[in-house]
Amino acid sequence: MSALLSVRDLRIEFTGPRGPLTAVDGVSFDLARGEVLGLVGESGAGKSITGLAILGLIDPPGRIASGSITLDGEELVGRTEADWRRLRGKALAMIFQDPMTTLNPVLRIDTQMIEAIQAHERVSHQAAHARAVEALARVGIPSPRERLSAYPHQFSGGMRQRVAIAIALLHRPALLVADEPTTALDVTIQAQILAEVQALAAEGGTALLWITHDLAVIAGLADRVAVMYAGRLVEEGAAADVLQSPIHPYTAGLIASVPSRNARGAPLRQIPGAPPSLLAAKVGCPFAPRCPRVNEICERVMPEPVAHGAGRRARCHYPLTVAREIAPA
Amino acid sequence: MALTSIVSEPPAAVDRTESLWRTHLADFLRSPAAVAALAALVVLLLAALLAPLFAPQNPYDLAQLDIMDNMVPPGGQLASGATAWLGTDDQGRDMLSAILYGLRISLFVGASSVLIACAIGASIGVIAAYIGGVVETIVMRIVDLQLSFPAILLALVLLAVFGRGVDKVVLALVIVQWAYYARTVRGSALVEKQRDYIEAARCLALPRSRVIFGHLLPNCLPPLIVVATVQVAHAIALEATLSFLGVGVPVTEPSLGMLIATGYNYLLSGTYWISTFPGVALVIVIVAINLVGDRLRDVLNPRLSR
Amino acid sequence: MLVYVIRRLGQSLLVVLAMSTLVFLAIYAVGNPIDILANPDTDQAERDAIAHRLGLDLPLWAQFGRFLWNALHGDLGRSFVYNESAVSVILQRLPATMELALTALVFSILIGVPLGILAGLKSNSWVGRSIMTGSILGFSLPNFWIGLMLILLFAVELRWLPAGGRGATVSVLGVPLALLTIDGLKHLILPALTLALYKAALVIRIAQAGTREVMLQDYIRFARAKGLSATRIVGVHVLKNIMIPVVTVIGLELGSMIAFAVVTETVFAYPGMGKLLIDSIGRLDRPIVVAYLVLAVVIFAGINLVVDLLYAAIDPRVRLSEVKG
Repeated sequence: MSALLSVRDLRIEFTGPRGPLTAVDGVSFDLARGEVLGLVGESGAGKSITGLAILGLIDPPGRIASGSITLDGEELVGRTEADWRRLRGKALAMIFQDPMTTLNPVLRIDTQMIEAIQAHERVSHQAAHARAVEALARVGIPSPRERLSAYPHQFSGGMRQRVAIAIALLHRPALLVADEPTTALDVTIQAQILAEVQALAAEGGTALLWITHDLAVIAGLADRVAVMYAGRLVEEGAAADVLQSPIHPYTAGLIASVPSRNARGAPLRQIPGAPPSLLAAKVGCPFAPRCPRVNEICERVMPEPVAHGAGRRARCHYPLTVAREIAPA
Repeated sequence: MALTSIVSEPPAAVDRTESLWRTHLADFLRSPAAVAALAALVVLLLAALLAPLFAPQNPYDLAQLDIMDNMVPPGGQLASGATAWLGTDDQGRDMLSAILYGLRISLFVGASSVLIACAIGASIGVIAAYIGGVVETIVMRIVDLQLSFPAILLALVLLAVFGRGVDKVVLALVIVQWAYYARTVRGSALVEKQRDYIEAARCLALPRSRVIFGHLLPNCLPPLIVVATVQVAHAIALEATLSFLGVGVPVTEPSLGMLIATGYNYLLSGTYWISTFPGVALVIVIVAINLVGDRLRDVLNPRLSR
Repeated sequence: MLVYVIRRLGQSLLVVLAMSTLVFLAIYAVGNPIDILANPDTDQAERDAIAHRLGLDLPLWAQFGRFLWNALHGDLGRSFVYNESAVSVILQRLPATMELALTALVFSILIGVPLGILAGLKSNSWVGRSIMTGSILGFSLPNFWIGLMLILLFAVELRWLPAGGRGATVSVLGVPLALLTIDGLKHLILPALTLALYKAALVIRIAQAGTREVMLQDYIRFARAKGLSATRIVGVHVLKNIMIPVVTVIGLELGSMIAFAVVTETVFAYPGMGKLLIDSIGRLDRPIVVAYLVLAVVIFAGINLVVDLLYAAIDPRVRLSEVKG
């Protein structure tokens, strides 16, 4: 079965005052129909930009320098704006991190939902209204009919995110890109929303690209995980596999630094150092300066993706499958 | 197994010897419109200052005027044999001279009213901000009240009471403008007041006036400079308007607005030059000042990066 | 919402009262009220009678009471020139000025908002930059000069529109309105355009800045992700958000528009309140000047009130924040 979404060697550049900046450098991955892929990495790793590129929302001074993104076999890069408008909201959908700013504060909820429906289908106002009520009910908003005539600021953060999710799923898109949608929410609400999105996506057959920096979120949610660092995909595989036996030292570092995994009273483990500036020259593995397994070749040559079993890839000269002592963090 | 800590790209080397003013100047010069405007302003300023030296005629000296010269079209001959390049008005005044002298008045009124109003308004604003409390509230209420009333009406009424004359126009313009500077400076002062250097100055037990005028006020200057520059143009425009309406400068010392008013009556009959040429001069001055002020604001605004 | 309305109403009344007090003090305490309010042609006996009628022999606070009482009854003195109540003379001219100001308001929005949005969307292109430069011209050029140039162009050269005056009027509910006749409209276009240019320039700048800011917001990105057309995004999402600052500025400037009408009416010989004021100053018809001042204060306070209420109607956050207290 061919993949729903296929990203190949995606390279996204930004032209800044001090020269071009490569935010995403040669990223490739597939997403199958109905699958949940977690895209993990620190801030600035390029995950959000990858998500935006899939929706065609990279604006100048950024641009897709090279690479391809195919949806159901059809190339998305280079599409006209008219084509994009047909796809967005219908086949592709996206929700963003901050629920406070995702909805237009001066328009009512029903306006914002009905326009999303009418942008793609010729339906009457009443029919669209009815569908909006139904959509709100499905994401668990109580008394949806009254809530529709409200304004965004009358909702809590969690509710607003639910409205955004309802809007995104209105046309049962094949792919939903979720850019850290629960990061700005309460931990308890986070868990609820996660479960709901998972259920809704499964119900509608929607594939999920879940972008986050939080491994705990991925653990319960994703089928597969892809780890990004400094604009590159460094590891990919089934979620359980990656989280239990990581191959790339960065992934191992991320997992080790999750607070719940540390013994009580012991100092929290960290990955020393900071991610590299994206303006710096790209020679060798970007993780080399922070890697406990670094060697001379790491600083000279960028490791190519290497398969480590079915559906498993990593870009490392000294992956954790190879015997080499991991220094205690 | 070296755990080399990451070294981020070193910050761009900052040449600390390059003065702030030079960067601002370079920025300013990057806009061709602003440079052209500044050049035009300098030319007009010089023309106005040196007018008595090279103007063909002193239009205020009634003895030099010949009523037989009136309504001569541009390029025509005067009774004295000289050429009236821009024509003459209904009194026989050579328009070129009248415009040059009118420029003097317009620029003088504009600049002096702004300077005085600025000094008064800025002082009041910074004192009010520093002292705070009831004093500040009362002062700002007065400021708001005055600012909610349109400047032109206020000026009209004041001049209706004062009568005509250049000094009275300046006075009216000062009264109309001071509140605007007071509010601007008070806004910046409120922000600057929180900063450490004010705290430090206070700790040194400097007298209040020294802290206010020596430390606080100088740091509130950038937005004030921008505002004041553009206000000169507004003051000139306002004076021209008041003179046009007949309440500004006296007929014997016509400013550009006055000249335009004189020509207004003849406009419909085709005698265009009495209104048009002073109008052009006025517009060039005003637009030039506005362009310079606009550019100045962009240059001095830390939030904009071009 | 009701609480808000009442509170704002109270504030407006307070302002009117404060300004009236100032005007009162200026006339009765600082100036010589007889000189100001009595016709200089009257003889001493008549002046004594007027003094008594004005209550000038009473203590100041009683005079103030009288002044307010008279003012509330619309009596602010008698015009020397027209020999009628000053207030009624002014009010006769009010419809003309209001028509002018409101038409100018409409023009400034119709011109300013689309141009401003365009300048905001294309801020880095020559289109955007020329619109912004044009806006500088719009608010720096003196009102009267623009009027003169428009007259020169459209009335003298092209002869498309009349050079001044008010056109034919139609009486609606006893009020003569020129807006309802073609001739009246033709006479309104040039003066309204002149008056509108300054505000249009301001609106352009605000709409441009607002558009640039709004386009960067997340909700615009979300709207695009929904697949909405550009027309819908700009026409609904952007427009509604920038109308808030636009309304604020327009509202606050409406008062100054009525004030600037003074100049425009003079240039176009338009028989409104403004021209009356200038003529009265020239003719030393002081009661009209005084009455105009008081009326102006009332009008401005009223306008500020309406603007605030409109603000609350457009931006739902204002309404509810008032309820929460």
